[in-house]
Amino acid sequence: MLKLKTANADALYARISDSAKLYLPVKKAGQVNYDLWESGCEVTLDEMTVKSPKDLFFPQSEHLMEFRVSGKSIEVENPELPTEPYVLFGVRACDVRSFDVLDRVFLSDPVDNYYQARRNNGTVVSLACLSPLRESCFCSVFGIDLAEPQGDAQVWILGDEMYLNAATEKGEKVLEMVKDLCEETDGAPLAAAKDEARAKMAKNPLADLDLTGFDGEHMMEKFNAPEWKKLYQACLGCGTCTFVCPTCQCYDIRDFDTGHGIQRYRCWDSCMYSDFTMMAAGTNRKTQMERFRQRFMHKLVYFPANNEGMYSCVGCGRCVSKCPMHLHIAKVIRALGGKKQ
Amino acid sequence: MNNNALIPTIGVVKAIRRDTPDVKTFTVVRADTGTGVCFKHMPGQCAMLSIPGVGEAMFSITSSPTCTDHMEFSIKKCGCLTSWLHQMDVGQQITVRGPYGNGFPVNTELKGKDLVFIAGGIGLAPLRSVIEYMLANRADYGHIDIVYGSRSKEDLVDIDIIRDQWMKAPDVDVHLTIDRPQDDWDGHVGFVPAYVTELGFDPNKTVLVCGPPIMIKFTLQALGELGFEKTQVYTTMELRMKCGVGKCGRCNIGTKYVCKDGPVFRFDQLDELPDEY
Repeated sequence: MLKLKTANADALYARISDSAKLYLPVKKAGQVNYDLWESGCEVTLDEMTVKSPKDLFFPQSEHLMEFRVSGKSIEVENPELPTEPYVLFGVRACDVRSFDVLDRVFLSDPVDNYYQARRNNGTVVSLACLSPLRESCFCSVFGIDLAEPQGDAQVWILGDEMYLNAATEKGEKVLEMVKDLCEETDGAPLAAAKDEARAKMAKNPLADLDLTGFDGEHMMEKFNAPEWKKLYQACLGCGTCTFVCPTCQCYDIRDFDTGHGIQRYRCWDSCMYSDFTMMAAGTNRKTQMERFRQRFMHKLVYFPANNEGMYSCVGCGRCVSKCPMHLHIAKVIRALGGKKQ
Repeated sequence: MNNNALIPTIGVVKAIRRDTPDVKTFTVVRADTGTGVCFKHMPGQCAMLSIPGVGEAMFSITSSPTCTDHMEFSIKKCGCLTSWLHQMDVGQQITVRGPYGNGFPVNTELKGKDLVFIAGGIGLAPLRSVIEYMLANRADYGHIDIVYGSRSKEDLVDIDIIRDQWMKAPDVDVHLTIDRPQDDWDGHVGFVPAYVTELGFDPNKTVLVCGPPIMIKFTLQALGELGFEKTQVYTTMELRMKCGVGKCGRCNIGTKYVCKDGPVFRFDQLDELPDEY
């Protein structure tokens, strides 16, 4: 394990930037989001990013292929997949878990080449939460340890020191780059800080959510629960929850005429939108209640039923703090019986 | 072929047949060789067709895998893309990718069985693939009944094939019906579910049904009254799709993705899913 003074973090970022693009939480116009590191940018590691880092693997809008159309003929041009290596730094434990969820979707057969290329090009350096970032955090409910995040390398910030540890070969390469800026440490002070963080997390207001019964076996019971009819009513169908969610991965494929050809691209979509499933006959999921239910049933029941119990929610709390109507997954879990007695 | 599931191959429309006022059947071959199928498939599987700049959508492959020199798609005009397809001419290239979905279990559960096909309107399109596959492998299947109904005689899809081939095939009975009487129609008149009741099939047969949801609903009821179990009845579903490979999320019903786990389901399997289709 290595450590350096947080005051010297800029030197570390600069060093990593020399050999790979570095993305990390940066404050711009008052909002923190993952952005490319540049000398002088306002790196902000003590706030939750507004959007999740999923853009790096699954961009909000992504070029898929191009068509040349002339008369009745069509030519398709295969896309060039990205090859540039990059480092994603400062990813919280919840967001690191979300990559596992996305992997289940995009890396299952048939593999999504676009996602796979971006995923392989990236090195994930996670950042432990040595205190829950906000009251809306509930990662522990999904068995995520906020103090011991996964990733290629892990970082802890304690007092004025940054601790770095490599977990994979990719992570070791990053640590190798910055070794001479740091000093070796056994990381002894971290143990107590980690325990303290876990204890604080356990006292967070949403940490008592109980997922008992959210599984494939209870699918029809949850689907038919009368609570949906009440719960959905405030939903505006704005899709904010979907866009800030680290695990939402539904997408649309559309064509755009550039004037020089047809670009086929994909972009994030939301099952909360009325035209998501709409066909010529008007079906299916015609009501907001059905669309609202679909989003949560998918995250809490269908996805775990298909993925050995892995939920498609990581408790990052973004929807909790961003929903304009204060409707969110924690409310749904509570209403459908998920509360510890 | 490339290994990117979203990149299509290019096909060219070789022939267009008008079946009904709003259904055309398109014959498609590979554009690079001018002949042959874009890819191999099994009966009941689907393909994503697109016109770049207009859109891409999922269609059942109407031709049988035993037809190897071209693919056919019977398509009803009902939206943006299908309207565009309906106004195109022979020689137009289109993009084709697939095959998608599970298809009907023609080499397992359906083998050796006496079969009843029940179709309404454009619902015959996915079943034709199965019927022609079975006729090409006639010895592998028992007696075949085909009940096919539409609004009027002008709306019967594939009527020439039905008259010239299916009606003349060994051990096949075709039962046509139209919703309302017409002057020059001497066949059966009435809705498909009532006709099924009237025909009174042996409940040991296996049924493949496809048509408008309301027809399927009442046909299932009629079959139940005749003593059929849900385990003997198959259907194929249609939902909006974008990727075709179980990732874009549109066709998700319960734990299933219709593009990947379907579109063919037995009714006992559908009973285990939320009623959202």
